[in-house]
Amino acid sequence: MEFFERFAIPHPSPAIYASMVAIALTMVAIVAGLTYFKKWGYLWREWLTTVDHKRIGIMYLISALLMLFRGGADAIMLRAQLAVPENKLLDAQHYNEIFTTHGIVMILFMAMPFIIALMNFVVPLQIGARDVAFPRLNALSFWLFFMGAMLLNISFVVGGSPDAGWTSYFPLAGTEFSESVGSNYYMIAIQIAGIGTLMTGVNFLTTILRMRAPGMTLMKMPMFTWSVLVTNVIIVFAFPVLTVLLAMGTFDRLFATHFFTTTNGGMDMLWANLFWVWGHPEVYILILPAFGVYSEVISTFARRNLYGYKSMVASMVLISLLSFLVWTHHFFTMGQGALTNSIFSITTMAIAVPTGVKIFNWLLTLWKGKIEITTPMLYSLLFIPLFTIGGVTGVMLGMSAADYQYHNTMFLVAHFHMVIIPGVVFAMLAGLTYWWPKMFGFMLNERIGKWTAWIIGISTLVAFMPMFFSGLDGQARRMYTYSESTGYGPLNMISFIGAVGLAVGFVLIAYNVYYSVRYSPRNISADPWDARSLEWATHSPVPEYNFAIVPQVDSSEAFWDAKKKGHELFKGEYEKIHMPNNSGVPFLMSCIFFVWGFSLVFSMWIPAIAATIGILACMAHRSFEKDHGRYISVEEVEETESKLRGAS
Amino acid sequence: MKMKRAFLSVIFVLATVLAGCEPLMVLDPKGPQAERQAHDIMLSIGLMSIIVIVVFALLAFMLIKYRASKQSKDYEPPHIEGNIIVEAICVGIPILIVIFLSIVSVKSNYIVEAKPEGYGDKEPLVVYASSSNWKWHFSYPEENIETVNYLYIPTDRPLEFRLYSYGPITSFWIPQLGGQKYAMSDMITTLHLAADSPGEFMGRNANFSGKGFAENTFEVTAMPQAKFDEWVDEVKETAKPLTEEKFDELLEPGHLGRSTYTGTHLKFLPPPEGHHHGSGNSDEHSEDEHAEHQQSSESHKGSEHHSH
Repeated sequence: MEFFERFAIPHPSPAIYASMVAIALTMVAIVAGLTYFKKWGYLWREWLTTVDHKRIGIMYLISALLMLFRGGADAIMLRAQLAVPENKLLDAQHYNEIFTTHGIVMILFMAMPFIIALMNFVVPLQIGARDVAFPRLNALSFWLFFMGAMLLNISFVVGGSPDAGWTSYFPLAGTEFSESVGSNYYMIAIQIAGIGTLMTGVNFLTTILRMRAPGMTLMKMPMFTWSVLVTNVIIVFAFPVLTVLLAMGTFDRLFATHFFTTTNGGMDMLWANLFWVWGHPEVYILILPAFGVYSEVISTFARRNLYGYKSMVASMVLISLLSFLVWTHHFFTMGQGALTNSIFSITTMAIAVPTGVKIFNWLLTLWKGKIEITTPMLYSLLFIPLFTIGGVTGVMLGMSAADYQYHNTMFLVAHFHMVIIPGVVFAMLAGLTYWWPKMFGFMLNERIGKWTAWIIGISTLVAFMPMFFSGLDGQARRMYTYSESTGYGPLNMISFIGAVGLAVGFVLIAYNVYYSVRYSPRNISADPWDARSLEWATHSPVPEYNFAIVPQVDSSEAFWDAKKKGHELFKGEYEKIHMPNNSGVPFLMSCIFFVWGFSLVFSMWIPAIAATIGILACMAHRSFEKDHGRYISVEEVEETESKLRGAS
Repeated sequence: MKMKRAFLSVIFVLATVLAGCEPLMVLDPKGPQAERQAHDIMLSIGLMSIIVIVVFALLAFMLIKYRASKQSKDYEPPHIEGNIIVEAICVGIPILIVIFLSIVSVKSNYIVEAKPEGYGDKEPLVVYASSSNWKWHFSYPEENIETVNYLYIPTDRPLEFRLYSYGPITSFWIPQLGGQKYAMSDMITTLHLAADSPGEFMGRNANFSGKGFAENTFEVTAMPQAKFDEWVDEVKETAKPLTEEKFDELLEPGHLGRSTYTGTHLKFLPPPEGHHHGSGNSDEHSEDEHAEHQQSSESHKGSEHHSH
């Protein structure tokens, strides 16, 4: 019995028992459904073993949407608890666990996979490639991310969730002050997912640098691809810091080292510094692809080329450099003194300049355009004003002396939500709607889509604007309750209403998917938005090999040129196409990683060692494996092409 | 245009609701440091509002003028690469604003990190403020008294808080007197404040530190020096001495009410000060702070006696 006690929840509640039952029922339903419809083989052949960037992208997308609802449910609980003073809905421990997982899930398991989903699906198509540079590594990236996410998600029913904040500052997150396994989950789940992200970085960097269509020089790449390139450079430089940091944290927690403890020479400031050396670039890893999406969408629906292409690229490169030079602004109040704070204050505010350039370029892209307001465009147009509010408050936070008053308050919470939601979430929803027909061959309903965009846009304001005021009124973040005499009640109630509005918006997205699957017409063209870049030059849905003939490119809008200026995209005859084989190893290896992580969380050394050997065995297998891929014959290509031409 | 109107109406409704309320704590300063910060905040809000208005106006203009529904069917938008003058303006004006704000920011940094000006040659009152889960201990070394969870301070005199923690990182914050600073277990940080008028203020730990974080607050009472001296004398007559056993008891995790002692814990449990700390010379202290901290990781280890 003693063995099993460690898996118990240290601080249970009816809600947790209810979720245990719900999780068990869902799993039974999935297994039963797969068996009943005889889909196990289909699932294994078409999804679990796939190395196709489009399918991997779609799996990232599904995971991101699921995690959006998980993190959203957390958010609703948090706002409900704070809606009225001295609320008894949650106690301190539950509140702490929920805001911690809300942060981790939203940033690492929702926003990250969402951008990687779009990256995966769109980038090879935009550069006219047949897949990414390392397709099997791509599958491994996804499955590692997925297993990391699952490992963190079981924490709240097995052993207890992390409760030290998504920043997990030591010594609070150390064994001195967090005895439950919650913070072990944090260290190991994020580590597993982070390794996957690092591989994504290497993979896409190589893909974009080496696999562009003939004629597509760097300065002729579509802006989304540019943003992804810069993002992956940041990933490759920033994520190793996270890997090392989490390893140090794991050693502190599992093997009693003293990197960050209060005794024996540990240094808590080291965690904060290293965390933000990764954490701040991470913010730009999220926002730059979002900027890329907006560039595509705004240019498409203004029916104009993107204004200031070169300054767009320059500003992204500059942002990526500056993103590594500002981490101290996350703790101006740590006592570095006036000189250090002044330097980081200036670098922080300097980021506003390239970001401002981008905002003005988007506005100038609208200039002399022919603006058509579709759902993706609506998100982009809502993004500009809302993100501006979020952005200018960032400049305010960058003034370090004043930051002593904003730090750790709801003002900060308001700021980063006003940046991340309009910046990243709106972009992902815009991108989702925009590329949906390319992914699935039908469009999402525009009427429901626009309603959703309006509801989410207005709710964002209602939910987060009040926090600027309550923050300036002294409401610290992460407080699970407050007394009535503070006067924070009404503002928090408004926030709660906004949060409910956001929830309604996200439910509408799910409803829109359901509605469109059932009713949306399937006879759409391959280019339903009258768009400009290469992904729209192939069929919808996209054949396995993406392009039957590799396209020839002579500008950043090759497809637009083909439509308007008679540029010939596809020259030559069909040839046999070399494609990679599917493989189950990435999935299996990631499953072993899951066992490895779970064993480490609970300090079960024998399974941990066994799993480590298993992981090494998978890598050895790959080293000795001779798999040169396969060819799709000319006849097969012709057959597929004529079939798809009939369909679209 | 629906969008613009919706946004603006939400903002106006919020603004009017709030205008009717009490002034926001941070914008209702009662000391020079908080005043400087409130000034910076209002200045940046003003400047940033201009940027927000410009962006909103440009967006509104583009949307009104260049909507597809306003144009003829056969209108073909032109291909425009970009214009060096327009882009120079888009870069130049933000740079000017950032330069201006940087100058303000750097000046303010040196102001809030130094002994507050305007109190003649009055020596600052030194208070060691240490946190433990989830309490604040205030030691007055000169007066040789210590309080828990409440702080009495004289007005019209610089205050120098030396912050450290018996546990997680906390942040010492009295919004109406000035911004916060971290209290950590391995290093002392210094926060310079002053109160200009008598009154009661809210003080709290602003940095999440676990289960009892929400209630990790303390009350601050500012009073004229004469009254403060009276209070010190009274404490010395009535309060019990703080023993090592008693202090260990106080460090136990939990919440406590207010309590008062003669003597301080500094004697038997020295704070994590490096060789450069503890001289009591506050002016030098703040200027050298960044240099000191690099060394402090090495130098203070020996002073950490207490373990959990």
